[in-house]
Amino acid sequence: MKQEHIVIIGNGISGVTLARHIRKLSDKRITIISSESEHFFSRTALMYVYMGHMKWNHLKPYEDKFWAKNRLELKQAHVKHVDTQQKQLTFESGERFAYDRLVIACGSKYNKFGWPGQDAKGVIGLVNKQDLEELEELAPNNKACKRAVIIGGGLIGVELAEMLSTRNIPVTFLVREKHFWNNVLPAEEAQLIDRHIREHHIDLRLNTNLEEILTDDNGKVKSVKIKETGEILDCDLVGLTPGVSPNVDFLNSSSIELNRGVLVNRMLETSEPDVYAIGDCAEQREPIWNRPPVEAVWYTGRMMGETLAQTLCGNTMEYKPGHWFNSAKFFDIEYQTYGWVFPKPKEGHTDFYWEHEDGKKCIHIHYEKESQQFIGINTFGIRLRHEVFDHWLTKNATVDEVIENLGKANFDPEFFKNYENQIQNKFKEESKTKAI
Amino acid sequence: MSADVNMSVTGNAPEQLSVQQKLSTALGLAGLLIMSLSVFNIGFQPKILWLTLSLVFVAAGIIWYTKASYTHKPEGIKNDGVYFKSLTNRGFWAYILGLVFTGFYIVLYFYPSLLGLNSEGANTGVVALFDPLSKALSGNPASQWFVYGTLYTLAILGFGFKFLWKYRHNSYQRLRTFSVMFFQLGFAFIIPEVMARLNGDDFSLPYYNLVNIWPLNYYNFEQYRVDEFISAGTVGIGLLIFGVLSILVITPILTYKYGKRWYCSWVCGCGGLAETAGDPFRHLSDKSQNAWKLERWLVHSIVVFIVISTTAVVYSYLRYDDYWLSGTAFLISVASLLTVVFAWVMVYKRQELQKDAKYAAIGFFVLILALIGLHFSGMSNNIFILEAETLRSSYAFAVGAMFSGVVGVGFYPIFGNRVWCRFGCPMAAILGFQQRLFSKFRITTNGGQCISCGNCSTYCEMGIDVRAYAQKGENIVRSSCVGCGICASVCPRGVLKLENDTPAGRINSKEILLGNDVDLMDLVNQNK
Repeated sequence: MKQEHIVIIGNGISGVTLARHIRKLSDKRITIISSESEHFFSRTALMYVYMGHMKWNHLKPYEDKFWAKNRLELKQAHVKHVDTQQKQLTFESGERFAYDRLVIACGSKYNKFGWPGQDAKGVIGLVNKQDLEELEELAPNNKACKRAVIIGGGLIGVELAEMLSTRNIPVTFLVREKHFWNNVLPAEEAQLIDRHIREHHIDLRLNTNLEEILTDDNGKVKSVKIKETGEILDCDLVGLTPGVSPNVDFLNSSSIELNRGVLVNRMLETSEPDVYAIGDCAEQREPIWNRPPVEAVWYTGRMMGETLAQTLCGNTMEYKPGHWFNSAKFFDIEYQTYGWVFPKPKEGHTDFYWEHEDGKKCIHIHYEKESQQFIGINTFGIRLRHEVFDHWLTKNATVDEVIENLGKANFDPEFFKNYENQIQNKFKEESKTKAI
Repeated sequence: MSADVNMSVTGNAPEQLSVQQKLSTALGLAGLLIMSLSVFNIGFQPKILWLTLSLVFVAAGIIWYTKASYTHKPEGIKNDGVYFKSLTNRGFWAYILGLVFTGFYIVLYFYPSLLGLNSEGANTGVVALFDPLSKALSGNPASQWFVYGTLYTLAILGFGFKFLWKYRHNSYQRLRTFSVMFFQLGFAFIIPEVMARLNGDDFSLPYYNLVNIWPLNYYNFEQYRVDEFISAGTVGIGLLIFGVLSILVITPILTYKYGKRWYCSWVCGCGGLAETAGDPFRHLSDKSQNAWKLERWLVHSIVVFIVISTTAVVYSYLRYDDYWLSGTAFLISVASLLTVVFAWVMVYKRQELQKDAKYAAIGFFVLILALIGLHFSGMSNNIFILEAETLRSSYAFAVGAMFSGVVGVGFYPIFGNRVWCRFGCPMAAILGFQQRLFSKFRITTNGGQCISCGNCSTYCEMGIDVRAYAQKGENIVRSSCVGCGICASVCPRGVLKLENDTPAGRINSKEILLGNDVDLMDLVNQNK
């Protein structure tokens, strides 16, 4: 029997997880195609290279010899066209490349919302390796870059602000929402992060939109104009970080059905036979629970890779992500979330919020009013155990059980101060008033 | 410019020192300059004034530098620009510092006369500069080792202070740093000096740092020390018994409960220096699999070497002189102990050992038995083919001086701060063996939260590829882990936690991580 050739476009976490699992389960021929970097690297850690915490090589989770040893063929090329009839790819170089089954795992690109000047030199995002290289060139220090303006208050925006501030580059941070990441975080947590961003001397402007990016005679960024006030801010760098979207333009010429991303069913199959899509670029036809149809998250990319490997190796399997979880770090404050905490409690839900007096630690729990069922938790500055919360979510634990046993879920280092008593006391007090 | 080349070649803002940092560095260097000049017998008089000045300058310089570096910044991880600085990225200053350190150790170990230690007559040079302090503590004039001990303690206290500020948000880091500072100042420096004061004509104890345990303290059971212990009556015998119990009873119990960290990053002086003065170099350790392989071969060979060498030395005096334990009985005890340990491991822990470790264990065990057998067969007049003295002195030179000192500390700025602990220390190897096979300690990985960023691996001073485990959702149970806890500190997503828990389920290899569909996790993780 002919050895099946599985071709994966993209060497990010989804594609590489898939390849590793297929290799564990089978002897198929596997090729991973990327035009971004020779080897898999941790995208989430790009910031640490610019900050001088790590070098490029540290970002690679596997030694370079890993790929050959596991017979994972790496191809550096940029795919221009996918011909699903002939089962063939065309590269930018003109080379053609055949596949038996194709997996699209090409990730995201950063959003541009049609602002005048958005393609000028000096405007960057922070998604791929080339973005990092460009940033290093444009903003090596505060002499070459006297001020940077960041547009868009999300996870990448705050990372970019932290990065630039480590090189003593003044940063103005324009956030459309009332508070930082307020479209995801409840106001309490969002304000806590607002304060922390300002503590790091970032000029944070809330409720502020970009009108246009102004350029000099050479087509280089010179300033930005703010919509609300008309104020002109001089700057040498503009960071566009209002989210990401699937990087699927190269598929427009193919017969694969697209919407924002590559449309897939729960089996991660696209509209074309033997073509699959996973990770940031995949868009679920039917959203799964509360999850958005496109999820640009490290963990979901990994989980799709784990699932699809089973399907491709004969153990057909639906993509069934478990309970939602995520994490991030905003300057010095760590954030974890398990289950669902919405910006405002949903219909029939209510919440409990505790904040430490230092204003840098808090937890926020959402639960169902009627049944008291625990829905989700946000935690800032306190580490919590994934396994314990996953268990509580599975067994539909009540909020009382969660609060009562919060200590079991603590994951802070040894000898750290515990706040469970404070939290429990506040919860009891509030329950009393609510009961009255 | 490609990121592959390494971004650190561009000279950027973070690498520049502030005015205060420069001034404080100058102050500290001025203190060292006084000591350096004193080597050339520049008549710093009165000595007590100049010695105080030099020590105070160094200490004040470090404290000032710490304040200038950390006090104006919010609490948190302080690794900005580590790879941009010449000193911490194997640049020009790193090599200069490496050369200075190495040179100092070579002079210290092999040419102490250059420092002013005179075989006849009073001290001169820098050793003489330290006489007032030595006399105040032990009543005796200083030696080159006293000078070294003082500087060593000063470095741990000074840079320990710096570390305390750097990690002021982290109680684990602070507590263990207080601990190494305490053990260095008390047990390694002051107590032995003061004990020396008690020595008289009819009572003499060897210089003994109670927490410097054999085999790290490879000379602890040499004849002159054992004789001194015995001659010092109950106290001496007590100390001798304590020395034996330390390695055979006390350390196994503590390592079972807490992992080897209780020693390596809470008590030990070598670890103390590595964690304080060596902290800025921790990321320089080699994380490759080849380095790991070298580590396993080298460190375990040194264990075999020191066991044979010590056995030979002890046997050589037990055989000829009159002690309550006969040479033959001693050899039989050593062989029995090794056999018991070996049999236990092979019976109960065979599955946990990787193939090569098993082979190595078998090989070394056979070697030891063969050597002992050789002796009983009477084929050689010498013990173990070589003379015991040759073994002892080559160990003292190759391992005691060259490895732990010249290479171990001298190369901090090049190979990182734990080269000795990782590749050379027989104590760490024995504790590591216990930690791997018989301990409650592990670094727990928090479900599926790892993003493979690599901060943990980068900042692991022992060169453990922590991420390789964390990204698989697997706990980290490695013999070399000294439990410094820095991986857990630098992790941006709260993925790692050092803890002691029941040994069951300590090693949990997983194929599919938490967060995915529960059925898939069960299917794959159990079907292996």
